[in-house]
Amino acid sequence: MKGRMVALSIPGLLLPGVAWAAESGKIVDPVESWNHLWHEVLIDLFIMGTIFAALAIHWLIKYRATSPDQVGRGPTLSRAQAWSWAMVPAFVFMADDFFLAAKGWTVWNTYRKVPENAMEVKVTGNMWYWQFEYPNGATSTYAYDTKEGDGLMVPVGTPVVLRMTSNDVIHSFGMAEYRVKEDMMPGRITYIWFYPKEEKQSWVTCVEFCGTLHSQMYAPVKAVPPAQFDAWLKQKKSTL
Amino acid sequence: MKMSTESHGFSLKEWVFTTDHKRIGVLYLIGSIAAFAVAGIMAIMIRIEQSSLGPTLVADVATGGNQYNVWLYFHGAAMILGFLIPGLTGFAANYFLPLMIGAKDVAFPRVNAFSVWLFYAGIIMALLTFVVSDAPDVMWTGYPPYSVLTSGNTAFYVFTVHLLGFASILGAVNFLVTVIYMRAPGMGWNQLNMFVWSTVTAFVIQLVFVPVLAAAVTMLLFDKYLGTHFFDPSQGGDVLLYQNLFWFYSHPAVYVILLPALGILFEIIATFSKNPIFNYKAAVYGGMWGIVLIAGEVWVHHLYISGMPDWIRIGQMVSTLMISVPVGLLAISMFGTLYRGAITYATPMKYATACLFLFLIGGLTGIPLAMTVMTVHLSETSFVHAHFHYIMGIFATFAVFAAVYYWFPKMTGKMPGKKLGDLGFWFNFIGVNVTFFPLFLIGVQGMPRRYWNYEMFPQFEPIHKIAMLGALIVAVGMFLTILNWIISAIGGEKAPANPWKSVSLEWTHCPNPPGPGNFPKDVTVSADWTPYNYGR
Repeated sequence: MKGRMVALSIPGLLLPGVAWAAESGKIVDPVESWNHLWHEVLIDLFIMGTIFAALAIHWLIKYRATSPDQVGRGPTLSRAQAWSWAMVPAFVFMADDFFLAAKGWTVWNTYRKVPENAMEVKVTGNMWYWQFEYPNGATSTYAYDTKEGDGLMVPVGTPVVLRMTSNDVIHSFGMAEYRVKEDMMPGRITYIWFYPKEEKQSWVTCVEFCGTLHSQMYAPVKAVPPAQFDAWLKQKKSTL
Repeated sequence: MKMSTESHGFSLKEWVFTTDHKRIGVLYLIGSIAAFAVAGIMAIMIRIEQSSLGPTLVADVATGGNQYNVWLYFHGAAMILGFLIPGLTGFAANYFLPLMIGAKDVAFPRVNAFSVWLFYAGIIMALLTFVVSDAPDVMWTGYPPYSVLTSGNTAFYVFTVHLLGFASILGAVNFLVTVIYMRAPGMGWNQLNMFVWSTVTAFVIQLVFVPVLAAAVTMLLFDKYLGTHFFDPSQGGDVLLYQNLFWFYSHPAVYVILLPALGILFEIIATFSKNPIFNYKAAVYGGMWGIVLIAGEVWVHHLYISGMPDWIRIGQMVSTLMISVPVGLLAISMFGTLYRGAITYATPMKYATACLFLFLIGGLTGIPLAMTVMTVHLSETSFVHAHFHYIMGIFATFAVFAAVYYWFPKMTGKMPGKKLGDLGFWFNFIGVNVTFFPLFLIGVQGMPRRYWNYEMFPQFEPIHKIAMLGALIVAVGMFLTILNWIISAIGGEKAPANPWKSVSLEWTHCPNPPGPGNFPKDVTVSADWTPYNYGR
């Protein structure tokens, strides 16, 4: 455990988010991290977009030709100016790239590091439905045509890790509400985790094209109070 | 349309057996516009289908996917492989590149003729989708295992890619040799038109990467019809190998579309601003060649959610973000060319100006998609769909339209109708934004791509209705535009020799339209000549 903490602290020097999470033991909700980063990225895009768009509109209006034979008076760059106009913007763009990459990497780490107390659910993709298998062996599914089945039931307040594979073609498990998504493939196991913090019903949709009923391959994701979840799980187990 | 001064009246035989790069260019234009029109009808059907929650055009819930998926397949495959790539590197490069470098034709005219008929075979192969009962339904990406397991006819997809890919490889060899060996005496590398450079860099990419795609789809064919197991993990195959090979070509392919489109815009913006290209060398060597350098190292951003190892997802996030450096240099050069210009707004310049804004929206929305963790939520949603339609679909389509308008007097000797042209432009520009901008908004909220049925998200229905309205506006615009070309080609006003007052060789040294051999007198250029020297 001690060695692991030391190992964690090395990238932690670069990635304050992870270090903080490891120290406090508090679960960092990927949804919050994603939303926060999205906000920052939007500001970044807005600034760049506004600079270019404002300049373009200004010039497009200001430099309209006043006579048909007029020619432009665009600058002829000296060698030093030409290099500057290449290198300075290149470094500005690169700085922004590294800034975004560092931010993105930090949040990425919260996405890949599963909290220790997470409940594991096995998910298997089929054409065209999902099968969820819980630690006690209980299973759940959902049928698009009859609308029967509970889909993915999870208790509020417990992080959930999904171990995913597929029986036939490539599917992808996308939960927009929890900002996660990963492909499920035959012969491989992938994982995602999410943190249902409040009671709500959302949807998982298949987001990798998988054939005729691709857009019917969806199921509810129900985050319910722990007591209700336990009762449901027990009942599911007894009907096995 | 009378294309050449040698012929008197239309002769089918002359067109079928032509080796003239200009006629081959026109053949590419006709074929790619035909593919565009059919794929455009598919787009409208897709928009109408999504405009209401339940089945709208499709028969019912259980089989609706079969119809809808074929529309999606044809729309994607035909737009990219049948319209954008041949429209830019077939039509525009064929017709104008030899004129710009002062050459009488391309290096291998008969190979050129062979490649245009391969292209037509590819288009026909794609159109067979609507004839056969087991139409391919594998999207333009054709991912296994689905493409191997489907009852749809994946072979049509594979052969379409083979034919169009082979046509493109031949074109690549032809044009690279042409630019290297057939430039007018005295024309140095730094005196080339931006469009020539963009075509050279695009064809370098084609030559390097198309064979990889051809190999990938051939393995698909073997897996489906000959019982091999390249992509079947139960027999020791690799389920992700195809996606890696596919995107190893198909990400660079977006630059095969982007670069010539940018090249065309540089020509138009320079001509209508009467300005030299701002920082030409940075745009060519940093921008275009920078893209070539980086093109092959970013494909994994298409596989961010495919279960690739973490280290490569992070590594390729950095390399993908780095694309902003060459693209940024090209943007600075393009926007900078407007600075202190003498700008006039004929129809081609309207399209070019619109492209600047499409480029901004499409380019900037690519930045979150370069970031692995942002993509975990955004990928496979309408956000991605809107992003690549802005930067690849609409931007490049507008560039093709701008090119047709800009060089219309060169090709036909007639002026394109201005009123109808401008009207079509406004319909197109407003329509595409009404269609695609709202898709960003529902994409961020999680609207999945490639869904005709979204009953779990009824809140997105109003936005889909707006998007359909936009698509119908675009349809009117496209109809007006193509109608305008036909009317103007037949009965347009006679064009002056150099209507836009360009100083590029294709306008200054050869008649409208150019006859066989292009130039009445052999062209030589002096050391201080450039295609953008407006003599201040």
